[in-house]
Amino acid sequence: MISRVADTMYWMNRYIERAENYARFMDVNFNLSLELPPEVSEQWKPLVDATGDWALYESLYGDAEKSKVIYFLGFDIENQNSIYNSIVKARENARAIRPEITKELWEQINFLYYLVKEGLTKKLWKKNDPRKFFLKIRKGCQLFYGIMDTTISRNDGWHFGRIGQLIERADKTSRVLDVKYHILLPTQESIGSPLDLIQWTALLKSVSAYDMYRKKNGKLTPIGISGFLILDREFPRSMMQCLTRAEQSLYKITGSDDGFSNEAEKKLKILKSKLNYADINEIFQTGLHEYLDTFQKELNQVSTAFYNSFFCSESIINQNQNTQQ
Amino acid sequence: MAKINFDNYNTSGFYDEMFDENKNIRPYYKLFLERLQKMGWKKLNFLQHSTDRAQLSLGMTFNVYSDNEGVERILHLDIIPRIINKEEWDYLERGLKQRVTALNMFIDDIYNDQKVLKDNIIPKELVLSSASYLKQCIGLKPPKGVWCHITGSDMIRGADGKYYVLEDNLRCPSGVSYMLENREILKRTFPELFEKLKVRPVSNYSHELRDMLESLTNNTPASIVVLTPGIYNSAYFEHAYLAQQMGADLVEGRDLVVKDDVVYKITTRGLQRVDVIYRRIDDEFIDPLTFNKESLLGTPGLFNAYRKGNVVLVNAPGTGVVDDKAVYAYIPRIIKYYLGEEALLANVPTYICAEEEDLKYVLENIDKLVIKQTDASGGYGMLIGPKSTKAEQEAFILKIKNNPRNYIAQPMINLSRVPTLTDDAIEGRHVDLRPYILYGKDIKIIPGALTRVALKKGSIVVNSSQGGGSKDTWVLA
Repeated sequence: MISRVADTMYWMNRYIERAENYARFMDVNFNLSLELPPEVSEQWKPLVDATGDWALYESLYGDAEKSKVIYFLGFDIENQNSIYNSIVKARENARAIRPEITKELWEQINFLYYLVKEGLTKKLWKKNDPRKFFLKIRKGCQLFYGIMDTTISRNDGWHFGRIGQLIERADKTSRVLDVKYHILLPTQESIGSPLDLIQWTALLKSVSAYDMYRKKNGKLTPIGISGFLILDREFPRSMMQCLTRAEQSLYKITGSDDGFSNEAEKKLKILKSKLNYADINEIFQTGLHEYLDTFQKELNQVSTAFYNSFFCSESIINQNQNTQQ
Repeated sequence: MAKINFDNYNTSGFYDEMFDENKNIRPYYKLFLERLQKMGWKKLNFLQHSTDRAQLSLGMTFNVYSDNEGVERILHLDIIPRIINKEEWDYLERGLKQRVTALNMFIDDIYNDQKVLKDNIIPKELVLSSASYLKQCIGLKPPKGVWCHITGSDMIRGADGKYYVLEDNLRCPSGVSYMLENREILKRTFPELFEKLKVRPVSNYSHELRDMLESLTNNTPASIVVLTPGIYNSAYFEHAYLAQQMGADLVEGRDLVVKDDVVYKITTRGLQRVDVIYRRIDDEFIDPLTFNKESLLGTPGLFNAYRKGNVVLVNAPGTGVVDDKAVYAYIPRIIKYYLGEEALLANVPTYICAEEEDLKYVLENIDKLVIKQTDASGGYGMLIGPKSTKAEQEAFILKIKNNPRNYIAQPMINLSRVPTLTDDAIEGRHVDLRPYILYGKDIKIIPGALTRVALKKGSIVVNSSQGGGSKDTWVLA
């Protein structure tokens, strides 16, 4: 597969996954605000904090305000990661690899594209409750995954796409979890209070993990919820599950599950092994936020390694020279 | 339900493809007319709207010379087809084969023996001074002797009912994807008519194209790629479409690398050799080492690999010289010279401003003529005398005087018309016809074409960049 095409496939899937997750982020806050006791006010800053784009937000709009945050995360052209930009970029990617994908997949991306454009024209962020729109985005993205799964052959392109999707999903699950760190509790004693649990529950719901968590663990506890989202071996959005499946796709591409033949394999396998042998109690001792922060950085390195091993023309031409000599 | 009728339809002054001069339906349009009369306006409008939606969801868009995603447009497809009967098509086919055969011989000659120049069939200076004449191609013998593998001639029909070749388009003719997709859409619009009318299918174009490309190399399986300037190119939809239909990789210049005069594509599994490149990048941009040094679209070293015979370029570089509108004027004589036959298809009479007598005539009659820049296309750089202002004419006179070699003039041809759906009526709109000719082991012409239609009332400019749309073209068996 042409390297640029693999790269584009990878990013197209990342962008759609990102758009879906941003739509979920909105849900965290709506879930929260609906369940807040009357004396506690809504917090919109944690949401932006978790995406890592607070500095940009602050320079553009100053204080965190509901409609501005929704605009910033949903529609802002200035924000590289907004839903709008993610979908526009995914569509641009899809156009660039049009021969590699099916008509149905292309039509679905077009659907999302026109949906988000319409949202921008209608200024949906000014609405009191734009959740309907974000739900449509989410469903649109889920349909994209379905079409991807049911119409694309399991070739290298599909596997690169899936790796992109799973790396993005692992990153976003870690960030949703991190929202909790940024939400301020009224007092130190509130830890473990009903309000604290309400917030944890909202997080679970925003990644559609509430039902599966309940089935498995029953009781809601911070440590249980964190462990579930980080280390669960069965839940499809847990960081562990994402990396496990990404690794499986990488096996399919390289044809070997033994050792490593390039930087991408090495970095991904190390990071997955770390999760494999992690203990949630230890994670809580070192600090959840710090743990997630490190994870995100290492995940970025995995992504860079994929670029160097598979997508970057210069390094492929150089590798070729080395093998010829 | 309002019935569709043609009581107010006006055919005077032009050749109408559907009705004769007495407004009798032409026999091969009869079934179509009956179908129209059976449906009401509401149904017809509904069918047109479904077509618009189908095009949008297929992403059949083109960019209008800008890199802003906001200016993506659809090439409007009018659902009333252009129908060509068997007799006319057979004649067009013979004429086009003759023309392309002679043009290929001409190109081969001017880059090698230059007999045609020595025999003074066409002024040597005129050919050698053409901006599209590439010195780098001198002495080249492309694989199997074919230069113009894909030709998309623009044909028009005048008020006299006669077909003329307006342009030959031997560089990178575009539009074939619209021919194919328009057909897919119209098959859904008028399913029953295709069988009744015996409309000849066009869908095997991509197979024919692939076969033609494979025939140019001895390597099997042949590694074929389509080279595109990228997603911002106005014809990108087509590049992607053809690559997909042929099962070829769609590549950009940066996806290829040349080592020891062999072309490779850069893949996730290392470098892989390429045999045939269907390139949709103009000559001057394909290789910064040989041509335009600023070009980021091409691949350094590509031309040398081609010269060495290690890769095939389709079309061959250097064919653009035939698209020079001054060279065009000599094509009937070129056909006669190489084949000893009269040209079956007529040229539009052309005045060459580089020639003194013609220049004088052009300057005196500028208000009656169409002036064209010899190296331009796409409806750019032209003046339609009868529809222009005095000031516009003055400006062109100045341009012509400054650089006569750069201009030709032709009488204004009243393009034929086909009934076309407007907001609230059916009116005649001017059309041209672009068939596609493939030249590999032999010459093949797909029985169909892109009919471009000038949607603006009275306009004769059919180019998509200038408000043109398209129609499906039905060639009958």
